[in-house]
Amino acid sequence: MSDPAVTHTDPQPGLTGFVSDWSSDKTAFKTASWGKAMIWIFLLSDTFIFSCFLIAYMTVRMSTTEPWPNPSEVFALEIGGVHMPLILIAIMTFVLISSSGTMAMAVNFGYRRDRVKTTVLMLLTAALGATFVGMQAFEWTKLISEGVRPWENPWGAPQFGSVFFMVTGFHGTHVTIGVIFLLLMARKVWRGDFDTGKKGFFTSRKGRWEIVEITGLYWHFVDLVWVFIFALFYLW
Amino acid sequence: MVDATHGPDAHAAEFPDVELYHPRSWWTRYVFSQDAKVIAIQYASTALAIGMLALVLSWLMRMQLAFPGFLTFIDAAAYYQFITMHGMIMVIYLITALFLGGFGNYLIPLMLGARDMVFPYVNMLSYWTYLLAVLVLVASWFTPGGPTGAGWTLYPPQAILSNTPGQESGIVLMLVSLILFVIGFTMGGLNYIVTVLQGRTRGMTLMRMPLTVWGIFIATVMAMLAFPALFVACVMMLFDKLLGTSFFMPALVEMGELLPHDGGSPILFQHLFWFFGHPEVYIVALPAFGIVSDLISTHARKNIFGYRMMVWAIVIIGALSFVVWAHHMYVSGMNPYFGFFFAVTTLIIAVPTAIKVYNWVLTLWRGDIHLNPPMLFALAFIVTFVNGGLTGLFLGNVVVDVPLSDTMFVVAHFHMVMGVAPILVIFGAIYHWYPKITGRMLDNTMAHLHFWVTFLGAYLIFFPMHYLGIMGVPRRYFESGDISFQPPSAHDLNIFITVMALIVGAAQLVFVFNLIWSIRHGKPSGGNPWRATTLEWQTPETPPVHGNFGRELPVVYRWAYDYSVPGAAEDFIPQNQPGTNPPHSEAPRKRKGTKP
Repeated sequence: MSDPAVTHTDPQPGLTGFVSDWSSDKTAFKTASWGKAMIWIFLLSDTFIFSCFLIAYMTVRMSTTEPWPNPSEVFALEIGGVHMPLILIAIMTFVLISSSGTMAMAVNFGYRRDRVKTTVLMLLTAALGATFVGMQAFEWTKLISEGVRPWENPWGAPQFGSVFFMVTGFHGTHVTIGVIFLLLMARKVWRGDFDTGKKGFFTSRKGRWEIVEITGLYWHFVDLVWVFIFALFYLW
Repeated sequence: MVDATHGPDAHAAEFPDVELYHPRSWWTRYVFSQDAKVIAIQYASTALAIGMLALVLSWLMRMQLAFPGFLTFIDAAAYYQFITMHGMIMVIYLITALFLGGFGNYLIPLMLGARDMVFPYVNMLSYWTYLLAVLVLVASWFTPGGPTGAGWTLYPPQAILSNTPGQESGIVLMLVSLILFVIGFTMGGLNYIVTVLQGRTRGMTLMRMPLTVWGIFIATVMAMLAFPALFVACVMMLFDKLLGTSFFMPALVEMGELLPHDGGSPILFQHLFWFFGHPEVYIVALPAFGIVSDLISTHARKNIFGYRMMVWAIVIIGALSFVVWAHHMYVSGMNPYFGFFFAVTTLIIAVPTAIKVYNWVLTLWRGDIHLNPPMLFALAFIVTFVNGGLTGLFLGNVVVDVPLSDTMFVVAHFHMVMGVAPILVIFGAIYHWYPKITGRMLDNTMAHLHFWVTFLGAYLIFFPMHYLGIMGVPRRYFESGDISFQPPSAHDLNIFITVMALIVGAAQLVFVFNLIWSIRHGKPSGGNPWRATTLEWQTPETPPVHGNFGRELPVVYRWAYDYSVPGAAEDFIPQNQPGTNPPHSEAPRKRKGTKP
């Protein structure tokens, strides 16, 4: 026995490939680096957190004895004298989905090692993300001024406000963390840290270009979660 | 700070991702260390220290049950605080942290032939977040009102109502501490999972991993999916308590006053809690299963019986444990069809679990059993676990559970199955791996004394509790008072249990003394005192140094269970020993003609 284990060098398609990858040594995911494997597993865990939040929301919506406020009306705006239901949420959703597009382009240019375009697109993504959070802050302010509180609101079940602040707040925190991370990584890309092998401040380790993609995976996840929040909280 | 792939001799199999941080000062070497082995010891010491507190709390509770009024500082409120803190500390801050943070950190990289965890920096943060969680928990003793007395399940609405002890700030600190624990654990858990999936050495396939790693791995996957439910439940209850929301709080009248809450669902908390809580049982059981398999195989000098079946049983138990949670809620009221569903899934789990028990016994059969401390604890685990498992069959059935649910029978059941049994494995594992961690053996005489008192004592504590429970003695009662249905023998039994608990608790001091004394005075062990096959025993230095394996990582040629192979020079073949004779070892070997 010269070779200790069967390691397939050529990736095989389909179920055969899956089985041979998982029965091989060293790595189960042959093309994933440690960082990418980590972010996928983290996102799986985070999915469970958001699922629990959303299932809890549906449960209290059923358990509460008072009527649930109509989100189309609550989140309506008067613009130029025209009453538009859900207009702000529609714009926010559009902004966030667009930011996923710019993020995908940043990842693409990251793999081409194009420092300038990657930086610009990451900054653009961060700007769109910050716009989203800004509009969310506006929405919160508007609702608070109308008397919505975590424990009560003028239109019906108090759980409406509780869920609204908790779920959008938790999601907004995710977006904010993403924006901060994007800014930090954009700075590193711009400075060329990943080409010169400059060590990180906290970790004392060299950064890698793949951090752009890892940031991107997180960002797309935050977007995807928003789609579910949008569908289940605002449209329902 | 250099790459681990140092020098021209670097092994071709080294991962390009490896970048070890080499400490340059005492602080970064022993305190803010990024070395998984140091982090493991930090985790284990913290867990054992906080566990001693929980042990003392159990003494105090037993004193109150046997001699009501003898310790005057124990009033009803204090008793409930003791119950709550004892349960929460033992389940989460001791056993979970010790198995995953302690043994996981120490054994995963060593057993897989890795230099370290894949993200050592995040791993370090994991420990410090865990320590912060422990400190927040302990801090609740020093706040007005003391720690929460809501019971370890923290059921609302009672957990945050004004007559529950510790409702001023204890409950808040408890919830914050749990949230911190989940965050810290997530950082560690990502490390354990990615190391197992992506950081193995050359030749180490998943099906060549020692069962210890399998148990810890699947338990970590489960924890990553179950802790989110606890996290969400804690956040929501924190809002109910601090912001006045009504997620879990229905409309309530307290002391003649209508509370401002309205329309929440207390059952929702129970679902979230047990969606975490039941997998948690297996999060502490699966590492125990894995470790005990390795202890039995090593100390019976025989390959584990049915390795593949053992692996799949672990995976199936892990998957099934996510669809049984509501068997903790039979008395909360639910649709009978749900009760039927959850009873069925609960009983199905007995099948893979029984497979494991049979395989352990068949591994022992005609083995060369060395009755040293790790083996004694492993054997004690099997009988204890079977015992606790059988009463689980009682409680898994709705009609049997309903009358038994609030009695001492349940206390006896879960202490046997997820208290005593995993702790016995923890002891066995410490006796087993202490020589690798320190380079010295633990003292054998003290170990035997510790074992017999703990094992027999634990039975004398928890066996009578089944009887008390069937008689109808309720659990969680501060004192029973004059209850006509309880014969005087029930109280005599209570006194007996308390005396045994004090003795067993005292025996743990022998163990702690042994741990400390043997660091200096233990017999030097050498690198592989148990003549074991797995990679952690094949390190060039004992204790292993930073980077674990010297200049070249080991290459794995066989599974972890080549003991007593016919025709081999020794009765064990390390995993990293090449050679075609005996034949490729995963294949079932014919044992025909060999002497038993």
